[in-house]
Amino acid sequence: MKIAVCVSHVPDTATKVKVGEDGKTIHPDGVTYIINPYDEFAVEEALKIKEQIGNDSSVKVYSVGSDSSKDSIRKALAMGADEGVLLKDENNRDSIGIAIALTDEIKKDGCEIVFCGKQSVDYDNSIIGQLIAEILDFSCISVVVDLKIDGTKVIAEREIEGGREVVEAELPIVISAQKGLNEPRYASLKGIMAAKKKTIEEKPAASGNNLTEVVKMYLPPPKKPGRIIGTDSSAVPELVKLLREEAKVF
Amino acid sequence: MADKILAVLEQRDGLLKRSAFETVCVANKIADDLNLEAEAIVIGDEISNIEDIGKFGINKVTHYKNPELVKYSSSAYRNIVKNYATEIDANYLLFSNTALGKDLAPRLAIKLNAGCVMDCVNIDSSSGELICTRPVYAGKALVDIKCNSDKKVITIRPNVFKAQTSDKFSPVDIQVKEEDSPDLGTRVVEYKKSDGKLDVAEADIIVSGGRGMKGPENFHLIEELAESLGAAVGASRAVVDAGWRPHSEQVGQTGKTVSPNLYVACGISGAIQHLAGMSSSKYIVAINKDKDAPIFNVADYGIAGDVFEVISVLTEEIKRVRKG
Repeated sequence: MKIAVCVSHVPDTATKVKVGEDGKTIHPDGVTYIINPYDEFAVEEALKIKEQIGNDSSVKVYSVGSDSSKDSIRKALAMGADEGVLLKDENNRDSIGIAIALTDEIKKDGCEIVFCGKQSVDYDNSIIGQLIAEILDFSCISVVVDLKIDGTKVIAEREIEGGREVVEAELPIVISAQKGLNEPRYASLKGIMAAKKKTIEEKPAASGNNLTEVVKMYLPPPKKPGRIIGTDSSAVPELVKLLREEAKVF
Repeated sequence: MADKILAVLEQRDGLLKRSAFETVCVANKIADDLNLEAEAIVIGDEISNIEDIGKFGINKVTHYKNPELVKYSSSAYRNIVKNYATEIDANYLLFSNTALGKDLAPRLAIKLNAGCVMDCVNIDSSSGELICTRPVYAGKALVDIKCNSDKKVITIRPNVFKAQTSDKFSPVDIQVKEEDSPDLGTRVVEYKKSDGKLDVAEADIIVSGGRGMKGPENFHLIEELAESLGAAVGASRAVVDAGWRPHSEQVGQTGKTVSPNLYVACGISGAIQHLAGMSSSKYIVAINKDKDAPIFNVADYGIAGDVFEVISVLTEEIKRVRKG
């Protein structure tokens, strides 16, 4: 069984966002890039499923982007993934463009289970898994916090407002991972060394036109400075008065 | 014939959600600006408040009905919406960016060859062209997006657009279609409700606790304050990672981005990831010992003092005020 896991190389969540000179993307200065946090849960789950299924299964990592995305692929390899491929494109793609590039390659490799993070922490669309599934005509369960695969049957729990849905589906399937699905393992020193030696395949990404276009990026208006109304509980009546009369929240 | 916008509405347990009426209102507004015909589709069994759609400005609804479709099935819902959107040749599909909307909308984008813009907080159609504004980087920045495809799939963030009754009110024309053999290949078999609590993603008021609460045993104070306000309980990443609170309560960049009417941050210093997730709240109250904590930069009202002392008094005061 071939298992795919899609990873995205994104600015660290500690990044203070500034708008770049093109007015459409973030300014790259001082930005550290990391593997998308949700993708770590996807990698971990792919490795767990591989361990469950046994020897004739393998995990391959896919990423669309520039050379720097190899760092995130390597991170997944260090955790234990078998191989990785970078689908190269220096240009910005929208989610559908990324999904087209990923599925083109995943289809060639004949993967039956595809994992990805439930969203990337840059564009926050939360749709890549569903897009991949619809292009491949796979089942898809998104925002998964619990997963069982038994033969071709899949039972997953997905997080929704106020609770969880238990969802049943059949392979082939795309699973988008939510925090809570597992505890991603740390890469061992041995894993890191082995990952360094592995060759990451590079291919041009399949062409896909963007259907959407960023016209401009800007920062939200700064909040007007607030005020500290006290230093202990004696300020509570004043606070409640402001909440009633100014904010009118009750 | 005018182009069409189709509002895809969500019911839960036979009741259209508030976000469904927000979707109706936004669809109606876009239809006015761009000279479109607006109609709605809803999937489920009996839907008790379906007539209300008319009050919010759309007077044509198609209701696909089957007891098996009360719970979400991504395969069945996708096929039904795809077939209907194709039948009426809808150019715009509008969803609410709920768990269901997020799951379903992108599937339709692929099946209908449409561009997809998610989680919009503003839609400007006044110039005759549609410009969608959505947060990126958990709200640290915003982007204006144009969709260049002929067909467009758009979702709107819940709680941002107001559901207001329309003066265009007319009795709603409900077409019921029995859906005999839905494709239940992927389906929800059970809903496990978290024990009676409000969800941060849907709440008008959120009371959140951070590391300043000192331990999980003190979160009853947060819960009591939340209860007095009718609020949901939220948490910072630090306390979720420490295992004090479940991840479903996490607010911030690797949790939920929220914009309630009131956000009360207790013992939260305000890491950049947390601020990104809650800064767009209408009013923010911060209670924290450290007067230099970044949370005070976004708080409308702050108390720079002992969180335990302040919370207890605040809970009592709110109870007293709300009673009287």
